[in-house]
Parts: sequence; structure tokens; C-alpha cells
Amino acid sequence: MSSIGTGYDLSVTTFSPDGRVFQIEYAAKAVDNSGTVIGIKCKDGIVMGVEKLIASKMMLPGSNRRIHSVHRHSGMAVAGLAADGRQIVARAKSEATNYQSVYGEPIPVKELAERVASYVHLCTLYWWLRPFGCGIILGGYDRDGPQLYMVEPSGISNRYFGAAIGKGKQAAKTEIEKLKLSEMTCREGVIAVAKIIYKVHDEAKDKAFELEMSWVCDESKQQHQKVPDDLFEEAKAAARTALEEMDAD
Amino acid sequence: MDLNMHLNAPHSMGTTIIGVTYNGGVVLGADSRTSTGMYVANRASDKITQLTDNVYVCRSGSAADSQVVSDYVRYFLHQHTIQLGQPATVKVAAYLVRLLSYNNKNILETGLIVGGWDKYEGGKIYGIPLGGTLIEQPFAIGGSGSSYLYGFFDQAWKEGMTKDEAEQLVVKAVSLAIARDGASGGVVCTVVINLEGVTRNFYPGDKLQLWHEELEPQNSLLDILNSPSPEPMNI
Repeated sequence: MSSIGTGYDLSVTTFSPDGRVFQIEYAAKAVDNSGTVIGIKCKDGIVMGVEKLIASKMMLPGSNRRIHSVHRHSGMAVAGLAADGRQIVARAKSEATNYQSVYGEPIPVKELAERVASYVHLCTLYWWLRPFGCGIILGGYDRDGPQLYMVEPSGISNRYFGAAIGKGKQAAKTEIEKLKLSEMTCREGVIAVAKIIYKVHDEAKDKAFELEMSWVCDESKQQHQKVPDDLFEEAKAAARTALEEMDAD
Repeated sequence: MDLNMHLNAPHSMGTTIIGVTYNGGVVLGADSRTSTGMYVANRASDKITQLTDNVYVCRSGSAADSQVVSDYVRYFLHQHTIQLGQPATVKVAAYLVRLLSYNNKNILETGLIVGGWDKYEGGKIYGIPLGGTLIEQPFAIGGSGSSYLYGFFDQAWKEGMTKDEAEQLVVKAVSLAIARDGASGGVVCTVVINLEGVTRNFYPGDKLQLWHEELEPQNSLLDILNSPSPEPMNI
């Protein structure tokens, strides 16, 4: 659906004649050019995974974190411009802490998603700001169970069973749709997410990548954390094997 | 002592207020006397105020301070309910009351008992005395009349009471406090909050049990009200 919005695309406060704000759409393109980020809601929690494209071989593994904890019970994975993402994460953390100190309980995930979306949207309303070039997948576990939200650069936020953003989002979405999420536990979900990320990674266009995964589920006592090392290695091994089997066909 | 002081002193609710949890909800109770010094400014006040559909608060101390705090909390809770999309929990209501009480402790003089029912925790009582401490309790008592009830509750309160047992306990306790505390009096109001909703009950002062050394009213002005030609000085 791309078209050139000549003349109407210079400012985020300008509509085009057919009712589009092109700057927001261009911001979304920044997200589409970044590494794939996926999130799934299993029956007992959320699993999120990021395909971190490695810019340089000299980078330390484990650096450049893309998944951040917002509060004890929730985390967000960011795709797109990393620096923009840092701002949004900082804001989300601040909203969560503030809510806790006023209302005395952890911020409900729905409320957090609304606040993040509101903030992202705010930056599409003024000519002196540019929209955030980030897509966000927000996963959390509160009193109403595990929930997964996705926030786009336009400020739209929706709740999902499975969501994918970034380069391989189409392929990832197809894979996610094949999964029976309501019957899957998070342990199984971690393996599934790893397999999908490995599968959608484009060996030809991008060189190396590093997988980063997190979960928040009953097994992690409803705390958002990195997937434990042993399960992480198991997932990576399973993903590599699945890829080899596919290549062997 | 300046006589004028009694007429111009700030309205305070000497008060007895009580909140009790039972198996399935809470019962809140209070007397109805508001005094300015020794003058009873209002002998039929309602000290149990609604914050949301499922959370009420018992007010004591300065009448003005407690009304204003309740009004603010009701306003904040209303907004919170809209944002959340579901009824606020008792805990959140209590936290908001505490926030106001603590942050304005230099100016305010009010002790509050927040009680209600929500679907996550059931019936809960939170005591927020002067200074802004927040304490979740199975039962809470407050106001000047509560001094006379500590021993009573130690002996009479037990876990897992039924709704009627809890309400009778509250009525008995307020009536005992009224008997001994000059700043508490009038009628007893109770509010029962549970899964089904909210029920207000009213116990007129003359229907309450008389305690040790209390006298039956004699030549009470209230008796002459219904007679055809009231002669007040007929002793």
C-alpha cells in the first residue's frame, strides 16, 4: 500500500487529500526494516522473542538488549529505532512506578498499554516532534491473567494472542497462526518462538543474528524475566535442528 | 470557658465508628452525633459515606476535613473506575484515602475507616487513623468512643461470623460507646456490603438496649410530640 505523498508528507501535522498522515506511515516503515520481534500468549503466560541483527562481529553477545522489564509483572520488546525505544521504555517504567505509588497495586497491563499508546500518539500531534519509529510488543501478567498488547507508531494499541513486527512479520504471523496457543504452556512456547525466529531469519540478506527471549508465566511466578539459560539453550538447539531438517528436504 | 466557643468551634464528630469483616463481606457502623464544643450541632448525621458502589468510608474527627477527603477520593475513584473498566478495589480506595491523609497530615485532623467488597479479595476493612497510617484489619474501631471498645472487641470479635452476628456485634458496640462517651450519641447506622450489594440499616437511639446504670427516659420531650396539646413543663 505504498504511495508517494509528495507535498503532503513533510509534516506530521498535515493530512493528505485521501486522509492519511504520511509521516506516521513512514515511521512504520522504520519498524518494518528492523529485526523481527514476536510475542505469543500461551495458556499460562506470555513469551516474547527478538531477532537481534548483529551489526558488528566485535559486539559483545548479550549487549544491546531489546527486551526490557517495565515492572515486575510486565515487559516490552522493541522493534525499530533503538534510541526511540529507550524513551518509550523509560516512560512505561515511570508510569508503572507512579501507578503503584498512587494506587498501591501493580499497574494492570491494559492500563499500561493504554498509557504507552497514549504517549506514542502524543508525539504524532505536534509539528515540533517526530513520531516514534518503534513498534512495541508488551506482555504482562496481572490479576486478569496473561495479556499481550502491540503498540504501533501511530499510537494504536491492540490486544493479541500472537503478534509479530519487523522484517519477517508476515512469515512469522503465518507460523504463529499454525500454533495451538490455547493448549500450549510457556515452556513449549519458548521452543516455538525460537523456531519461528530462526525460520524467518533471512540468511541471504542479513548475516548473523542473536536470539533474545523473555517470558512471564506461572513458572516464573508471574515475574517478567529472561528465559532461564537451560531452557534457552534447549530452544536454540531445537530451532537449529528444525532448520536443518527443513534445509535437508 | 468562653460560652461563644461552643457555638463557633469547628464541627467535630466526637464519634464512634466501627468496621467489621464477616464471612462474605463487611459491616460498617457509626453513631450520629456531630458536636461543636458541648453543643450537639447535628444529632442525626450520616457518618458512613459512599465512595463507590462497593466501597464506603466511616468518618471521624473534623467533620469538614473528613468530608473533603471523602469528596476527593470519590472523584479520583470515579476516574479510576472509568479507566480500569471495572469497579475499583477496596485496597485502591484505601490507598487513595491514605495518600491524601499522609501528604496533608499537617493540616488534616480526621480518622477514617474504609470498608467494602470486591471480587478479588472479598470483604476488607482498612483503618486510616490520624497521620495517614494504612492498616488492613479484620475489624477496626475509631473515634472518641472507640476508647471504650478495645476490651469489648478483644473479647467479643471472632473469625467467620455470619452477617447477622456481625451486625448485632456492631450495633451493640456502638450502643455501649454511646453510653459512656459524651461525644457520641443519637442513632446507630449500619451499612452491610457484600457480593449482593449494599444494605443500610437504622437503629433509633431509644430502641437500643440500656446498659449499666442507664435510665429509661422520664418526661422526655420526645414523648409529648405525639400528644394533641403538648405541654412541655408538666413535671
